Amino acid sequence: MYFHDLHSALHMDGHGAFVWAAYAITCVVLLLIVVAPLRRRRRLLREMSAEARRQRGVPTQGSEA
Amino acid sequence: MSAPSLPAFCLRLVRRQLVLAVRRPVEILNPLLFFAMVVALFPLGLGPDPKSLASFAAGTLWIIALLSNLLTSDTIFRGDYDDGSLEQLLLAPQPLYFSVLAYLGAHWLLTGVSLALISPLFALMLNLPLEALPALVASLLLGSGVMSLVGGVGAALTVGLKRGGMLISLLILPLYMPVLIFGSAAVRAAAQGFPAGPQLAILGAMFCLAIALAPLATAAGLRISIDA
Amino acid sequence: MWTFFHKLGSPPWLYAISGSILKYLLPATLLALGVGMVWGLLFTPPDFRQGDSYRIIYIHVPAAAVALAGYYVMATAGAISLIWKMKMADIAMQCCAPIGAALTFVALVTGSIWGKPTWGTWWVWDARITSMLILLFLYLGVIALYEAYDNKAAAARACAVLSLVGTVNIPIIYKSVDWWYSLHQPASIKFTGESSIHPSMLYPLLLMIAAFYALFACALLLRMRAEILDRERRTGWVRKLLEADAV
Repeated sequence: MYFHDLHSALHMDGHGAFVWAAYAITCVVLLLIVVAPLRRRRRLLREMSAEARRQRGVPTQGSEA
Repeated sequence: MSAPSLPAFCLRLVRRQLVLAVRRPVEILNPLLFFAMVVALFPLGLGPDPKSLASFAAGTLWIIALLSNLLTSDTIFRGDYDDGSLEQLLLAPQPLYFSVLAYLGAHWLLTGVSLALISPLFALMLNLPLEALPALVASLLLGSGVMSLVGGVGAALTVGLKRGGMLISLLILPLYMPVLIFGSAAVRAAAQGFPAGPQLAILGAMFCLAIALAPLATAAGLRISIDA
Repeated sequence: MWTFFHKLGSPPWLYAISGSILKYLLPATLLALGVGMVWGLLFTPPDFRQGDSYRIIYIHVPAAAVALAGYYVMATAGAISLIWKMKMADIAMQCCAPIGAALTFVALVTGSIWGKPTWGTWWVWDARITSMLILLFLYLGVIALYEAYDNKAAAARACAVLSLVGTVNIPIIYKSVDWWYSLHQPASIKFTGESSIHPSMLYPLLLMIAAFYALFACALLLRMRAEILDRERRTGWVRKLLEADAV
């Protein structure tokens, strides 16, 4: 590891705020583009299984999320 | 009656567009009026100092030309789409590439060429040096040709949509940017006493590329819009 | 060869195969991203001119590279869907646009944050930054056009035409560095010839570029799976899938 302690790693000679902010924004955006389709797929599957259950005439159980 | 040959067919299309425009002169005058009014806005916004106006003149004139071209490009196919004659054109035996080229050529004659011819007047009002006037007219002639051709693609893709007006600017403004860069660079070079040849040559190359490719994309776009 | 191509056009096949690819690719990608970020942030020496702010290179360069490549992927998928009328290709094209736009946004934001300590300003109108901004507009244009059509098949074909037209812009992005004098440093990685960047900085950068490409692939497949499910919700294979899921 290049830095001696946590403080110097966070500070980075005054550039720390820029570097860490850039990484934080990137992480948030990257997480969003991976998580958004996963959530959409889960929602679709839930909708479709609810629809299938209704069509079969089985009473729905549990809460509708 | 036999079908007209291809050049005759295209000439007829161009003449039809021109006649339609001449019957409604407002359509030709509106872009020019828009040009004049926006030219008047710049001194009001930037201050009347002749020196600062002259330094902005090249870019200003080019941006206004670009905007007035953008505003008219929405109407290239709109009327013919609404009354169904566009569908007839797609069914005609002549290749769509050339008939589209005729439409876009007519649009260029009506907006681009007339704007380029009248632009020296506004250039003088904005205090652009006299030496830059030939470069301004030449760059506007070439550049507005590219813009009409590229605008045709956007017009073809959005003609079937009810709210196409705003969308078309989102689609084609990014494609106008290279034209703006070299067009205003040509005028600025001429204003500073340098030759504008290189920039004009690049605009000419863009014009050739646009003639070769844009009608293909426009034709594809028209087929999509008619199908949808 | 052609059977593979035809299989690509089949929704159930693509759905199944992408599921088994993602099972390994997604964890591997996230691991590579994590390792690359920690490596770049904490284990590389600082640049002798820019100090520590250069560490942003490990996210800025990969994001910009993949955002550009994403446009090519989108245009290629668009061409395939126009030529062979392949449904999966137009799903792929439509799914590329938001991911590409997000990565372009990341490249612009990180570039701007990098510019502040290095050049003393948040935004410089130089050729490459401007071209990236134009790229973002091109992506947003494709998304806007897709949303404007009610008929989704026509929307896909219109977007394919638009993205092919937009590829005219890509060479200009690459050439802009040569065309205009600018504050921007010239590209420092060359695969032919000697690289001007020290290996201790190069390896994490290459790892991050690979990780971003993999992430693009993962995000694309994930979006496509969701879109396939949505479009095919009335078909037999999706019902079977649901039943298998329910058991």
